[in-house]
Amino acid sequence: MARITAGIACSHVPAIGVAMDLGKTQEPYWAPLFAGFEPSRRWMAANTPDVVFLVFNDHATAFSLDCIPTFAIGCAEQFAPADEGWGARPVPVVRGAPELAGHIAESVIEQDFDLTIVNRMDVDHGLTVPLSLMFGQPKEWPCRVIPFAVNVVQYPPPSGNRCHQLGKAIRRAVEEFDEDLNVQVWGTGGMSHQLQGPRAGLINQEFDARFLEGMVSDPEALARIPRERYLREAGSEGIELVMWLIMRGALEGPVREIRRFYHVPASNTAVGHLILEPKP
Amino acid sequence: MRRSYQDIPGTTVFDAEQSRKGYHLNMFCMSLMKAEQRQRFKAGERVYLDEWPMSEDQKLAVIARDYNRLIALGGNIYFLAKIFATDGKSFQYAAALMTGMSQEEYARMMLAGGREPV
Repeated sequence: MARITAGIACSHVPAIGVAMDLGKTQEPYWAPLFAGFEPSRRWMAANTPDVVFLVFNDHATAFSLDCIPTFAIGCAEQFAPADEGWGARPVPVVRGAPELAGHIAESVIEQDFDLTIVNRMDVDHGLTVPLSLMFGQPKEWPCRVIPFAVNVVQYPPPSGNRCHQLGKAIRRAVEEFDEDLNVQVWGTGGMSHQLQGPRAGLINQEFDARFLEGMVSDPEALARIPRERYLREAGSEGIELVMWLIMRGALEGPVREIRRFYHVPASNTAVGHLILEPKP
Repeated sequence: MRRSYQDIPGTTVFDAEQSRKGYHLNMFCMSLMKAEQRQRFKAGERVYLDEWPMSEDQKLAVIARDYNRLIALGGNIYFLAKIFATDGKSFQYAAALMTGMSQEEYARMMLAGGREPV
């Protein structure tokens, strides 16, 4: 049977991808950030899963305003890195896990979460930057990936509570799947940041610290944070953090904290990162 | 309809109303995802903009690269990013512009921990 072996939270700032692609990771601005991910890459090398269920948001790349799915699961064989307006990132094509993805779609819809099924989707920095941070620059990604896109572009996004409950349904779906697979669930985006208007540049380190701690010890409390509080306290783009709650829901119950890292700034954003394992 | 989040300082929430106002503007931005379209836009901005059913205000704000105005007119920052990417500019450049700071001042603020939440 398939099982969820770990949950990873990771910001997905585009400038991090650019820094890696242009070989700038050792520059003074970036070195502390990448040093923070060194222990995580070592852990990952010893704990590479068969499949990553990767929760991210599309940034006006695969989805324009023509179609805005709240939750979309990628069921294709593969997903190409997108040209976001300055050429596609030089990273490997993302191999999908169509059988598991199809099963999760079916199971989760039967559990009353009405997913959109996507069979063609180019993936932007929201998905590829976390892969780069956790795996470095391999010729091929070392595992298969199920992209799971959440609308956080047009307000309102799904609530934290809805995301948390969905994570629990995803866990039930994975555990029903009749193949011996290790699956990690990743929640990406965040932490506090605002990219627009006169308040751009907002960072709220206290909010972020409480959120990181809550992910470990009290996700139910985080799931009750209303949307508007993210906007006010974590910035208009900080609301991406609801995606972390899908990951935490999929771990359900107490967790063991393997890694916690926080860094300000990466371009306009506070970078947060966790590795959590379910407690047996 | 009045929304409680409309009093957040310096922030425009991209909700259904903004999305409706900005549909054509944002879809114009989306067209800049393709290299040949970017070239055509750069070769003649006004001609290219006139192919889109956008308001005159929206077109003038694009030409002026007035991002705060574009947001007020329904633009969303992830779509508007296609314009400054076409100009070869970064998110940090655009963010600094919207705050009225120089890019250097803005970068210093971020290195010092970012803007304090209010």
